[in-house]
Amino acid sequence: MDITVNILLTIATAATPLLIAAIGELVVERSGVLNLGVEGMMIMGAVGGFGATYLTGSPWIGLLAAIAMGAVFSLLFAVMTLSLATNQVATGLSLTLLGLGLSGMMGTSFVGQPGERLPNLDIPGLTSIPVIGRLLFGQDPIFYISIALTAAVMWFLFKTRTGLTLRSIGDSHTSAHALGIHVIRYRYLAVIFGGACAGLAGGHLSLVYTPQWVENMTAGRGWIALALVVFASWRPWRVLAGAYIFGAVWIGQLHAQAFGIPVPSQFLSSLPYLATVVVLVLISRNKRLTMMNTPASLGQPFVPDR
Amino acid sequence: MSANQDATNLLEVRGLTKIFGTLTACDHIDLDIARGEIHALLGENGAGKSTLVKMLFGSLEPNSGEIFWNGQAVRISSPGVAKKLGIGMVFQHFSLFEALTAAENIALSLDDGSPISSIAAKARALSYSYGLPLDPESLVGDLSVGERQRIEIIRCLLQTPQLIILDEPTSVLTPQEADKLFQTLERLRSEGKSILYISHRLEEVKRICDRATVLRHGKVVGHCNPREETASSLARMMVGNEVQAVVRAPVDGIETAQPLLEIRNLSRKPATPFSIPLKGISLNVRAGEVIGIAGVAGNGQGEFFESVSGEVLQQDAASVRIRGKDAGGLTITGRRLLGAAFVPEERLGHGAAPRMKLSENLLLSRHATDGKAFVGTGGMVKSGAIYAAAQRIIEAMDVRKSAPDPEAAALSGGNLQKFIVGRELDRRPSVMVVNQPTWGVDAGAAAHIRQALIELSRSGSAVLVISQDLDELFEISDAIAVMHNGELSKPLPIAEATFEKVGLLMGGAEPGHAEHTLETA
Repeated sequence: MDITVNILLTIATAATPLLIAAIGELVVERSGVLNLGVEGMMIMGAVGGFGATYLTGSPWIGLLAAIAMGAVFSLLFAVMTLSLATNQVATGLSLTLLGLGLSGMMGTSFVGQPGERLPNLDIPGLTSIPVIGRLLFGQDPIFYISIALTAAVMWFLFKTRTGLTLRSIGDSHTSAHALGIHVIRYRYLAVIFGGACAGLAGGHLSLVYTPQWVENMTAGRGWIALALVVFASWRPWRVLAGAYIFGAVWIGQLHAQAFGIPVPSQFLSSLPYLATVVVLVLISRNKRLTMMNTPASLGQPFVPDR
Repeated sequence: MSANQDATNLLEVRGLTKIFGTLTACDHIDLDIARGEIHALLGENGAGKSTLVKMLFGSLEPNSGEIFWNGQAVRISSPGVAKKLGIGMVFQHFSLFEALTAAENIALSLDDGSPISSIAAKARALSYSYGLPLDPESLVGDLSVGERQRIEIIRCLLQTPQLIILDEPTSVLTPQEADKLFQTLERLRSEGKSILYISHRLEEVKRICDRATVLRHGKVVGHCNPREETASSLARMMVGNEVQAVVRAPVDGIETAQPLLEIRNLSRKPATPFSIPLKGISLNVRAGEVIGIAGVAGNGQGEFFESVSGEVLQQDAASVRIRGKDAGGLTITGRRLLGAAFVPEERLGHGAAPRMKLSENLLLSRHATDGKAFVGTGGMVKSGAIYAAAQRIIEAMDVRKSAPDPEAAALSGGNLQKFIVGRELDRRPSVMVVNQPTWGVDAGAAAHIRQALIELSRSGSAVLVISQDLDELFEISDAIAVMHNGELSKPLPIAEATFEKVGLLMGGAEPGHAEHTLETA
């Protein structure tokens, strides 16, 4: 029983950063912007979170620093693609490369330093309930944030006017502009939100998952988060499901190696991408569903004629 | 006109000018719109109508000039500002969100923060009261163009604007739908609202408009009361000279002419759950004749065109025959090589690549058929030759443009259509299939295109025209067939065809009741 609980807990810990980064990117893509810089923003969040914790001694300040770092770094992308209308794919890729390099440089003095882990939730009486106690009431704070965030984004996108406006911009920015909607302003906010989420996801890695700084510690999770958004066909609850499936695969891959099961680790680590390809093929069969969920203006720069 | 009267005008425009590069699209335009009037804005394609209304709606910024709203000078810097002032617009190119429902589309243009559920009820009530029934829950992507137009209009009306700008509103409506729209506009006028109405259909303008302002080459060339004018005098003001009436010489001995395009029992399953299946369509188009296909939008015309042009291949190769050869299994290029030419309905993105130059668009459609003329050894493009050919077409079709070889998207809709039709005519094809040849094209250009199609047929080609414009079909066709719910009636020879007969067939009366002499041949 304990083993099952432990495995479930590790899956949750592996899934949480994927979920947070993907939910942020989902909002960005729903507004019609494709930010391929998730990996870069995540690693900046990770180094920022670890650095602030190291300097102040408080992982809570580190958490805020991670969020701020991701948001500020995404602002660079926003200025380039939204104000200067650069190509989103190229800018996003360079953001990832810049983030990986910059974080390595900033983190040289943190390498090998002991980190401080964000404490798990501990509610007397509840956390000690057998089996479900630790699953429901004994996890790290970011786990709860990730679940609340998913619910909030779902509610925001499909139940609020502002969410509707955001989706409309993703569907057709020219139509939205013709209605008098501030396309660029909405997209700025969406991109910064996505950056903050990616930063938080990176913070989870350096403050909860492995409380230390290692160069390239995101190890491709930003790319998996990007794939997840497509895998989920831009729907938040499917991102949640996908994050846990991918998280389970990630953990399964580690356990498989530990038990010496002869499955090549490369195959397991490529599973999320394979799954995304399969899902893309499946959803493209239903044109109507694809049309409803795919932001039609995704990746196109918006330049209003004046 | 005294200053006092001026102050009562809802909108006044003084010296409004917009310059794109070397082209002055609007040149010191003056315009007054009084309260409670329907004001027509007339002009050929490229006369500056769309540019003018875009400036009034804040989508474009004028280079100079002033706009007065209720006597106050205003700067309309964005559509949001225009909406706040009380200006609403129904666009020619739809500004709807396909992935959202009708109610959500409407909700987006309302700023009052009311919940979407109440907007759906409001939209439903308003749409029925104006005779434009609408299902708020339906997804816009699933709707026909006519239904989309309704959403645009309802959306505009829900904002309760003082001035409503309608850019070519009836070009996608059936005659009955257009009638409903006119009743709506008259009702709005009686409520004291002002309407700025852009249309190419001069009969409509005469019917509902109180005043008209005529633009030509970006300048105001006159004001008139359209009720006191005739359609041809209005057309003369727009064009600057007489519009040539289309001449269609009767043809003899057509029964013995060879069919160049044969469609035999063409059927097609619906491609998506929302498209129309084709059911056993048969039709012969002979050398020397123009056959028109009428029908309300969304009855399978698009699917039929795709099947004939080769955008969709047929199982049965003999279901489409071009010049006596089975073509059902051939691609568009294969069918073109047999001597056929096709002009699809959608100009941008289908008939032409928007971001490519006209000469490049010419090469895209004719690289296979005119390979020797346009492509040299080793696949090198002869840019001089395609440039010269593009210029030849531009001249032949009188295409107005702002640069020698502009991007397709830089042309107004009608001018691009002239180029696309001209591009195919230039090949002298023996079979020509055109879908909506003059959609949104002004009177002068439409007459030009229609005459060119007739002349092509008279020189020995088979011409098939699919159109929603009955006037057009009666003007150019030797026989008219009607498409309804994926079935095609037998062609009615033009001498026997009346609006009433065709209208009944369009409404779904028993197809094939008319005997067509050609079918027995």
